[in-house]
Amino acid sequence: MPSATLLGQALISGVLAGGMYGLLAMGLSLSWGLLRLVNLSHFALAFLSAYIVYELGTKYGVAPWWSAAMVVPLMFAVGASQYWLFDRFRVNELASLLITFSFAVIVEAGIQIYWTADYRRFETHYATESIKAGPFFIPVLDLTMCIVASVLAWGTWMWLRKTYVGKGLRAAAEDADIAAAYGVDHRKLAYILSGIGAAYAGIAGTFIALIATLAPAQIWAWLGVVFAVVIIGRLGNPMGALLAGMLIGASESLAMAVLSPAWAPVVSFSVLIVILLWDPEWL
Amino acid sequence: MAVNAAAALPRLVAVLAVAAFAALPMAGLPAFYDSFFYLVFFWISLATSWAILSGFAGYFSLGHAAFFGIGMYTTAVLTTWFEVPVLLTIPAAAGLAALFGVVIGAVVFRLRRLRGELFALLTLSVTFVIATIILNTPIDGGAGIFMSAVPIPNLLPTPTGSIYLMGFVLCVATLVIAWKVAHSRLGMGLYAIHDDEDVAESKGVPTFRYKIAAFALSAGIAGAVGGVHALYVGFITVAGTFELTVPLFVVLMSVIGGARHWFGPAVGATFITVLLYAFISGGEAMVGRAIVGVILILSILWLPDGVIPAAKAWFARRRPAPKRHSAEVAPVVPAARPVGDRNVLEVRGVTKRFGGLQALSGVDLDVREGEIVGLVGPNGSGKTTLINVISGHYPLSGGTIAVDGAQIGTLSAHEIARRGVARTYQIPRPFTNMTVLENVVAAATFGGAPRPAREIRDEALHWIGFTGLSGKEEMLPAALNLHERKFLELARALAARPKLLLLDEVLSGLNPAEVDNAIRLVRAIRAQGATIVFVEHLMRAVVELSDRVAVLNEGKLFALGAPREVMRDPRVVSIYLGKAYAA
Repeated sequence: MPSATLLGQALISGVLAGGMYGLLAMGLSLSWGLLRLVNLSHFALAFLSAYIVYELGTKYGVAPWWSAAMVVPLMFAVGASQYWLFDRFRVNELASLLITFSFAVIVEAGIQIYWTADYRRFETHYATESIKAGPFFIPVLDLTMCIVASVLAWGTWMWLRKTYVGKGLRAAAEDADIAAAYGVDHRKLAYILSGIGAAYAGIAGTFIALIATLAPAQIWAWLGVVFAVVIIGRLGNPMGALLAGMLIGASESLAMAVLSPAWAPVVSFSVLIVILLWDPEWL
Repeated sequence: MAVNAAAALPRLVAVLAVAAFAALPMAGLPAFYDSFFYLVFFWISLATSWAILSGFAGYFSLGHAAFFGIGMYTTAVLTTWFEVPVLLTIPAAAGLAALFGVVIGAVVFRLRRLRGELFALLTLSVTFVIATIILNTPIDGGAGIFMSAVPIPNLLPTPTGSIYLMGFVLCVATLVIAWKVAHSRLGMGLYAIHDDEDVAESKGVPTFRYKIAAFALSAGIAGAVGGVHALYVGFITVAGTFELTVPLFVVLMSVIGGARHWFGPAVGATFITVLLYAFISGGEAMVGRAIVGVILILSILWLPDGVIPAAKAWFARRRPAPKRHSAEVAPVVPAARPVGDRNVLEVRGVTKRFGGLQALSGVDLDVREGEIVGLVGPNGSGKTTLINVISGHYPLSGGTIAVDGAQIGTLSAHEIARRGVARTYQIPRPFTNMTVLENVVAAATFGGAPRPAREIRDEALHWIGFTGLSGKEEMLPAALNLHERKFLELARALAARPKLLLLDEVLSGLNPAEVDNAIRLVRAIRAQGATIVFVEHLMRAVVELSDRVAVLNEGKLFALGAPREVMRDPRVVSIYLGKAYAA
């Protein structure tokens, strides 16, 4: 059994790393829960954003936050135009999964053609900085990411709960026709939401560029875990997605510390299977 | 003769194609062709096996790699550790994969909620769990398994030829199995499950058993394919086996070809394999992948049902061959009998709770043979719940129900249907992807006694005529209006030759002329010897049709007797209209 310090450190890094799962899961959860569209290309968009941030940073020396300011609106536009396609062809859940998968394949191919299959790393001086709290180290970047993710999750949650737009979206997700009869312009709201979902991919991508090593095939690496997070956090609930992400991140990290790193994938999926079979009321 | 020749032609082409492909490795072509065609066969088998569960029954799985991987590792472990001959390991691979399918299905299929995307995610998760377990145990140990020392069976002079032959045999076997399933009782049940599982169960389809059977078949074939593929790849790693491309490719292939058709996945698999190869061999592998992606998007947008159904629809439009539907044998219909003394239905102290809500509390009701009993009561009084409990849609919370003296209270809905209880739904729930005729045939197949297919078809046509739907046999339910869909519900119920027919508001939403029509029809049904319990709000119909009326209120039997007396009872009037009107 590892020492308490090691376990504590594993817990902290796990929760922080889980922030990334949460950040990625949020956009997915919104479009799945509220638009009934399963967007596999979300991961591809996140990595495309990461590559753009990397490119701007290494070639032109643009600071990541300026890159993010460009990438996020770009992704919003991509997300909104994706919705145009889905709306135009009245795509259902299953077809959306297949189409966005194809879309992700195209983006992956594009990335590989332009940036090659080599591993890329965006070296920054703050990548390795960390705060020392007692015996534990807290990496600054991960902490920033978690704070950003929390603010976004809370903001989106409040937006869905309190504003007219959010309530209209939730009503339309329940029954689009009835909502339309009460004057909810489902289409307009859906364009906004689809754009926001993709914009989150842009934000996630910025942090991926700073924290992770980039390779085209990495697009698929988090797919399973993040889907598990989306389900556990409940579809359409951004706060749930973030908390589930941190929960999964922490349990993976603990499993790595106690067992061995190779066992980590079992954790998230076992949690998902148990929750699906158990079927608790809050799901 | 000419007709026979036309029917024999596809068969002849199929036999010639099988012979030609079987002989291909002997033709002395470069080994490349063996390998290329092997891959085509590999994907055809895999995609077709996926479609048996996910296309036919609509249980969309993303976990096909799990069963394929179990097959691969079974063969790899048996041949390298225990030196079992390859050909013996293939059945073992199929068996183990099928066993996993059965075990997973036995847990998952009990939960009604786990359909659609959740089933897809669950199967995907199972894949990752199995992969991680194999990786971290001595089965793989992280190093992978080399198959280079394993002797490849000498089916043909060259090893690539032998592997080709194994892949080919599996492919043909898979297609034969898919064809058999699609044209069998199992297939009909799976298609019904795809469209509406609850209705399928209430029409007598043993849904749980059928889903398990489909899962076992699907997983078993994938396991066998994996076993052969282990030889083909030669070096087996967890990352290479359980990767995401396997489940996603089989899904895409099946969907493009048409997942509900037995031959659809084969078309899609051939198309995509050739396409991928064409681009990859062109040297621009990545551009090729992107183009494949574009083609996939376009085909899903424009051919959402797949190539085969689209092609069939196109041919049907070009050559509208007017099919004449006529029953060749008039079914033997029992003559009308007076109301008997025997109880067909005995309901004793039936209670049903939904959480804290007491929907039925201690209902007793006897229905005699040949009787029509009207079930009335205010909204929320438990009428439809009683129908749902008798038909087995909801399990009982307490009490007993007997049909013809046999206890049915604890049976599942399909067993109750087999014992001669049929029902209709207030809002018609036809199987949407089946024609009117197929809908009625399915109900007759699973509801009634086992009969030859021809007899079932004749009987289905008889009931379609009886309910006035003649000429609409080949239409999809979506093309019918509400009135016709309600009559389709009746035709389906009648085709099961029920002893007891439960009608849930057949008249609601119909105009006065249609109501008259329906009342005549219900009388005609009784004249054929059926016993009927019907829920109705329309008092005119209740009074005209029923021998006795049962009034439910707040989950209790409130009054029971001849229609006119019961409807005049001040207590009954008061629960409908309030106390002021009761005087």
